[in-house]
Amino acid sequence: MSITAENLVWRIGSRTIVDGVSFAAEPGRMLGLLGPNGSGKTSLLRLLTGLKRPQSGRVLLDGSDLASLGARTVARRVAFVEQHATTSANLRVVDVVRLGRFPHRSWMSRWTHADDRAVDEALQRAGMQDRRNERWQSLSGGEKQRTHIARALAQTPTELVLDEPTNHLDIQHQIGVLKLVASLPITSVVALHDLNHAAMFCDRVIVMQQGRIVASGPPDAVISETLLREVFSVEARVEASPHHHRPHIHYLR
Amino acid sequence: MNGEYGALQGKAALAGLLLGSLAAIGLAIGLSVGIGDLPIPLGTTLAAVTNRLGWTTVEIDRVYETVIWDYRLSRALVAAFCGAGLALSGAIMQSLLRNPLAEPYVLGISAGASTGAVAIIILGLGGGVLSLSGGAFLGAFAAFCFVALLSNGTRGGADRTILAGVAASQLFNAATSYIVTTSGNAQQARDVMFWLLGSFGGVRWPEFMLVSVVVSLGLVACLCYARTLDTFAFGDETAASLGVNVGRARIVLFALTAMMTATIVSMVGSIGFVGLIVPHTARALIGPLHVRLLPACVLIGAVFMVLADVASRALIPQQVLPIGVVTALVGVPFFSIILYRLQRAS
Repeated sequence: MSITAENLVWRIGSRTIVDGVSFAAEPGRMLGLLGPNGSGKTSLLRLLTGLKRPQSGRVLLDGSDLASLGARTVARRVAFVEQHATTSANLRVVDVVRLGRFPHRSWMSRWTHADDRAVDEALQRAGMQDRRNERWQSLSGGEKQRTHIARALAQTPTELVLDEPTNHLDIQHQIGVLKLVASLPITSVVALHDLNHAAMFCDRVIVMQQGRIVASGPPDAVISETLLREVFSVEARVEASPHHHRPHIHYLR
Repeated sequence: MNGEYGALQGKAALAGLLLGSLAAIGLAIGLSVGIGDLPIPLGTTLAAVTNRLGWTTVEIDRVYETVIWDYRLSRALVAAFCGAGLALSGAIMQSLLRNPLAEPYVLGISAGASTGAVAIIILGLGGGVLSLSGGAFLGAFAAFCFVALLSNGTRGGADRTILAGVAASQLFNAATSYIVTTSGNAQQARDVMFWLLGSFGGVRWPEFMLVSVVVSLGLVACLCYARTLDTFAFGDETAASLGVNVGRARIVLFALTAMMTATIVSMVGSIGFVGLIVPHTARALIGPLHVRLLPACVLIGAVFMVLADVASRALIPQQVLPIGVVTALVGVPFFSIILYRLQRAS
């Protein structure tokens, strides 16, 4: 198991945001994290990446407790792409991607060929090689997101955690980003709002409601009319798509 | 191979830039030493310095020698280090707080320093043991602690730190005004006012020793954090996910800027604008990556401050303007040009 959550609990004051969550992500697979607004998806992702410490429970990386590993050690294998991270600094795409090498470099070590290779490969994978010298401010939303993913890939992670990576993108770029993540040979945990996209691209999905997991499994086993009604409060019909054979949701007016 | 060639070219360019900047600082300092009631030619200044270093034995008028060594050279060098320190602090604050308006005084440091200074000048606190500078330093330190506590240690975000800094500035400025209006006489109020706007009038070699050591240490320490500062471009969360200990980096860098700023303010008063405009200028010239940006800030800040000091003495005959007046009068138009150009570029 690559990344495992054991009974995670996280509270702000008296409010319990994440309430006893346990799951295991399968190595090399794409795990979708679904749920209505405020169901605790983002908080759970922060716990998984070690940005927040749970009040109880633990996160395991190949069996070792995340809390016992240093922040740099974690950053060398778990990369995180947060929602709308932007900057006013006039950075080039390649400068942003180079940030991904930060956890791999010791205090005063020089930039190495290995660093260069990791950056080039990350740019290539994210399809940003041609735009490597563009300035951040001149990029479209989709290119910014790809640049962030390239930065995360430059960390050479074995786990990639993304918080709603398709937010604010047009449909071409939404599909593009999801195809890219699905094609990566690493474990990914992705919070998503679009259930049809989740059904199309994720190998497994977890559905959260009020900080708890209410369903988990392959998309065709999880996404059902009952679930849509009970968790998302919408009426819909679910059928297997004749095109990609995954579940497809028709929302009803 | 292409990359290596590029790096080599970059190194040559960098070395050229460094030499050019050092020459610029040297010239600015020479100019600063040369200007005054007794004009001194650049060659004489150079000879005086090389004589003292034991490299040459040129015959120089004793009067020149005294004016150069006892008054003007130390003053010019202190100005250079103060400009460097303030610019460096400004660059750090702007990057760390991700706010283009942040400058060394955003933490209320100059307000704290002035409260400390008036407490010494007017109330006579410290019973003569504590100098004005000592009081200013303590005041600056108190303001820093106040902000650190109010912004919830290191856990509060950038906005919270700025708000805490605004609160600290208000509080300490109110305290300063209270002391001046209730206890001060007209002459004391004028003295305080002059000190607050900044002056290199009283600085000599002991001040040079202190400020050069503090700013040099600050620069070295900040350079060690250059890569870490880069990771803050996308905010605390991204920095943390890259393995940066955000809380520790914040407190160390704030403490460094506070130390540099407090030393400078306690020595020459609060000189505005340098910490704000120099980093923006440097960024426009050399880009946002800190390994290069920080040294650029130091060099540009040093030249700017020395020239501002020259202007403060040369603008009005027989009178020295407060340095803060000059930096603002020169700085604002200059800053407007940069803003205008940035706007056009984007």
